[in-house]
Amino acid sequence: MMDIIDLKKKAAEIRIRLFQMIHNAKAGHTGGSLSNTDILTVLYYHTMRHNPQEPKWVERDRFIASKGHSVESLWCILADLGYFPKSELETFSQFGTRLIGHPNNKVPGIEMNTGALGHGLPISVGMALAGKRDHKDYRVFCLMGDGEQAEGSIWEAAMSASHYKLDNLVGIIDRNSLQISGNTENVMGLDPLDKKWEAFGWHVVSIDGNDIVSLMETFNSIPYTEGKPTLIIANTVKGKGVSFAENAIGWHHRVPSDEELALAIKELTEQIESLVSKEGQPHE
Amino acid sequence: MNKIANRQVICDTLMHLAKDNQDIIVLASDSRGSAAMGPFAEKYPNQFVEMGIAEQNLVGVAAGLAHSGKKPFITSPACFLSMRSIEQIKVDVAYSGTNVKLVGISGGVSYGALGMSHHSLQDIAVTRAIPGLAVMLPADRHETKKMTEALVHYDGGVYMRIGRNPVEDVYESDDYDFQIGKAVRLHEGTDATIIACGETVKVGLDACALLAQRGIRTRLVNMHTIKPLDTEEIIKAAKETGFIVTLEEHSIYGGLGAAVAETTSQHCPVPLKILGIPDEPPIAGKTAEVFNHYGISAGNVATIIEEGLRKEG
Repeated sequence: MMDIIDLKKKAAEIRIRLFQMIHNAKAGHTGGSLSNTDILTVLYYHTMRHNPQEPKWVERDRFIASKGHSVESLWCILADLGYFPKSELETFSQFGTRLIGHPNNKVPGIEMNTGALGHGLPISVGMALAGKRDHKDYRVFCLMGDGEQAEGSIWEAAMSASHYKLDNLVGIIDRNSLQISGNTENVMGLDPLDKKWEAFGWHVVSIDGNDIVSLMETFNSIPYTEGKPTLIIANTVKGKGVSFAENAIGWHHRVPSDEELALAIKELTEQIESLVSKEGQPHE
Repeated sequence: MNKIANRQVICDTLMHLAKDNQDIIVLASDSRGSAAMGPFAEKYPNQFVEMGIAEQNLVGVAAGLAHSGKKPFITSPACFLSMRSIEQIKVDVAYSGTNVKLVGISGGVSYGALGMSHHSLQDIAVTRAIPGLAVMLPADRHETKKMTEALVHYDGGVYMRIGRNPVEDVYESDDYDFQIGKAVRLHEGTDATIIACGETVKVGLDACALLAQRGIRTRLVNMHTIKPLDTEEIIKAAKETGFIVTLEEHSIYGGLGAAVAETTSQHCPVPLKILGIPDEPPIAGKTAEVFNHYGISAGNVATIIEEGLRKEG
């Protein structure tokens, strides 16, 4: 298992790779993939029980990307872990590829085809319910968008998860507060989001979703309440890690120019180097 | 007159099979009563999941269960299951390739006077256009039993629609060979062919009897599986009889008639009459009354075939 510095370095490396991939494909959801990179890095390199050599291992923890459009970070992580060859990332969004702009279960490591918003949590409830009925101890992690919270099916699923006491289910909201048309609170107000989920019977935790340590500690504490599903509001920055993409609405699915790619790589490389130089010092 | 509804048969069949197959799970949307699944829920509580009145979640959860190795059978009113949750059917079942059986109960005009909100007359059109989804309608209780048994062993998404009330038998027993995707010829003839599905198969059978009295030998094809479609049987009917009437409890757009027309027009064009519910909110009434009103009756079918053959000379 990776330590904190390694995880931070890995997240920066994934960000470089996804930026390159989107630049190469001339397509992709840049901002959302950058905001969820830390969450996915901690899940895949620290928290989840899984085996890239045996993607369908029955005891594995399940990950469902309900906000399927932010798939670029996930493709980079799955390739890095060996679920499929890294060279295949070059085919992202190209003619005939498996690596399309949403999770595709023809690719090892992907459970279900997601991307139509509001589908991931119901599916996750089914998986968690099967786990309970079969007395398995796997967990199901479902990553949702904040704009996605306007979908009614999420709340149907939220109700059923607490009804069936699915404490093996973890919902994570990538709360970057931006959706394609603007600030989430202007497009369709969500707050108080924590109170809504609590009212639906979930144990709610609100954290800095770009902080590796917070994510590790939070995931380590699940379930917080026996018999209750856990909802993590991961407060993130859309475009995180690349200064000019941070909190910039235009970067929802903007493709970086050659200059922007070079600048992003420079910034992220500096972040990695600063982490390397900190090695040997006590963790903050 | 048979008194056993198809929904009752599905419950009995699944109860029988669930004893030795713990992967069978029945899901309901506050519909265990109308699906006649109460006894199943009582006998196998660990193999029953109540989802409340939430059809999108119903299908998503079933897909998640199927992904985990279960064999979920959803029993929910056809009108809601095939419309409210159609995106979950398209994506979570068909596209993701999960082994979910979607049993639309009280289908067609079963709900009679409850109005168009509760009718399901577009479900065949929408489900058969989805890649990877099979579509089936049993004709009577015997076929319902055979079909339900077959679905337990069939790996893949299926939409199966049944009506609410008992229907008269078209089979004498369940002692016959049933295969998904293989139409059944219930009456032999070479003058014309009736191709029907679901509860209209009985109408077709009665029409064959009427026509026989008038010296017209009519073939009756029970197209219990709309998809994958038995095109071979349709082409044979076109080539060997030269005139086809289709019967269905569905809009005249996009259903069985359309599927037959797509086949004959490209392989063996012959005169074809599509009988179903016209493009309007259906008239209120019991199934037989609604069928009669729109000409889905043995008498009308016999007349159409007689006149059609006379024109052909």
